[in-house]
Amino acid sequence: MDFSFLTDPRYDILGAFWMTVQLTFWSAIGSFILGVILAAMRVSPVPLMRSFAGGFVNIVRNIPLTLIIIMMSQVVANQLGLRLAVREAGVNPQAFLNSQNFRLAVLGFIIYTSTFVCEAIRSGINTVPPGQAEAARAIGLKFTQVLGIVVLPQAIRAVIAPLGSVLIALTKNTTVASAIGVAEAALLMNTLLENEADKFTAVFLVIAAGFIVLTLPTGLIFGAVANKYQVKR
Amino acid sequence: MSEHATVLYDIPGPKARRLNLILSVVFGIVLAALVWWIISVLIEKNQLTAEKWSPFLEIQNWTTYLLPGLLATLQAAALSVVIALPIGAIFGIARMSDHTWLRWVAGVVVEFFRSIPVIILMLFAFQLWFAILGTSSPFAAVVIGLVLYNGSVLAEVFRAGILAVPKGQSEAAYALGLRKTQVMTLILLPQAVTSMLPAVVSQLVVIVKDTALGGILVGYVELRRAANTSASNYGNLLPTYVVVALIYILINLALGWFSHWLERKLRTRRGGGKVVQIDPAAQSDLMAARQQIEILDAPGIDEFKKS
Repeated sequence: MDFSFLTDPRYDILGAFWMTVQLTFWSAIGSFILGVILAAMRVSPVPLMRSFAGGFVNIVRNIPLTLIIIMMSQVVANQLGLRLAVREAGVNPQAFLNSQNFRLAVLGFIIYTSTFVCEAIRSGINTVPPGQAEAARAIGLKFTQVLGIVVLPQAIRAVIAPLGSVLIALTKNTTVASAIGVAEAALLMNTLLENEADKFTAVFLVIAAGFIVLTLPTGLIFGAVANKYQVKR
Repeated sequence: MSEHATVLYDIPGPKARRLNLILSVVFGIVLAALVWWIISVLIEKNQLTAEKWSPFLEIQNWTTYLLPGLLATLQAAALSVVIALPIGAIFGIARMSDHTWLRWVAGVVVEFFRSIPVIILMLFAFQLWFAILGTSSPFAAVVIGLVLYNGSVLAEVFRAGILAVPKGQSEAAYALGLRKTQVMTLILLPQAVTSMLPAVVSQLVVIVKDTALGGILVGYVELRRAANTSASNYGNLLPTYVVVALIYILINLALGWFSHWLERKLRTRRGGGKVVQIDPAAQSDLMAARQQIEILDAPGIDEFKKS
């Protein structure tokens, strides 16, 4: 098999995977924050918050991610005029487009992935035996205390492994950003396949290896941490 | 909403009710302001005018673009699941084989295809098809990509389903003198299949959503791509994308409800037995599948309700 494209300066393979890592990193942080807020709203005593969070989750996670990402670019940015980057006169407009599309993609990933984070946390809350919350209430703790001191610390430990799988799914989902021209691994593979069509198996193996290198340690680390902090019942 | 949530707090007294009311009002005002802002932006950008939305009243728009696109999406999804199910069964069973080498091979194949994004698999399938048959077929690329990925996810579902059958079942079967193959095909699989059905239906949601990936780089004209052509024809991008999103939401909500209904039906029929569940976000992870089984097994809400 011919791997000569690896050393070809036209293809920045490491750069493309670095872009994948960056997309994953910012989206993971954003979707964790939004997901925790949504989960807190979903179990809150305020009915309006509960139904809003429930509706949001059920709507967003049933839309294909592809649709969300392309909507971010074609509808939200082009039609409604959202600007996430500053366009300076005289500066290369490609630089503006690059950071604009990167941020739009991250925003799309955050909206989509936060619903899965919310569901993972909610299912974690459900693993905490009702007796724990009942005992906490019986000694007079308020809702915020029941959730913050007793339930969430136990729920988060049960949620480490599922959150790890959400992170792995997110890493793989960042390839959808190729739909709006973010120069990450899938777009590079597309270019490689166009120019080096005869070496398509080698190209596939290189890109596949890149994703295995990214996702395998994530799974192992989260699995080990989950084991270590598992609540023994 | 789960009944479990109410365990977190008491039935609200007068003070808590007042606080909840205040929070509701504040949150309601914030929501209303958000909706008002969105509507005003839409009006300002001329997105709510009649000519932007009237194309959806034209039969031609539906028969030329949207319905053929929807059909293409459903065809790719249906064919993928039909091919992926037997492949998943074979690999799921192979991963529990008594032969170490077979377990290893099946395990490596399943883990390999699960850790690679579906778009990458579709791109590879597109080139592979072209190299072997000399013709380009976006449809085949989409189906092969989806089969490779979902076959390995379903292999884990099958494995979890078979492992969830109580051990006494296979022990009793062996005691009766059945052979390994007979135990699997006569005793374990039939029971596993019923407990897996809800998980398979929820995986269908993932497959339907993933067909949209075929519209990006391999050029399969599914619902989103077909609708995009319609939108540039009528000059109504935003309304078209809203309608396409609605179509997807309706299909997937229906599938989700069906899966839920199946799960509840099976659970009551089997007297509170295990039902394999996969977390939609974590469809790809064995740990999550195990975790879910543990969750369903955990002393919790069910015992709580019974007592």
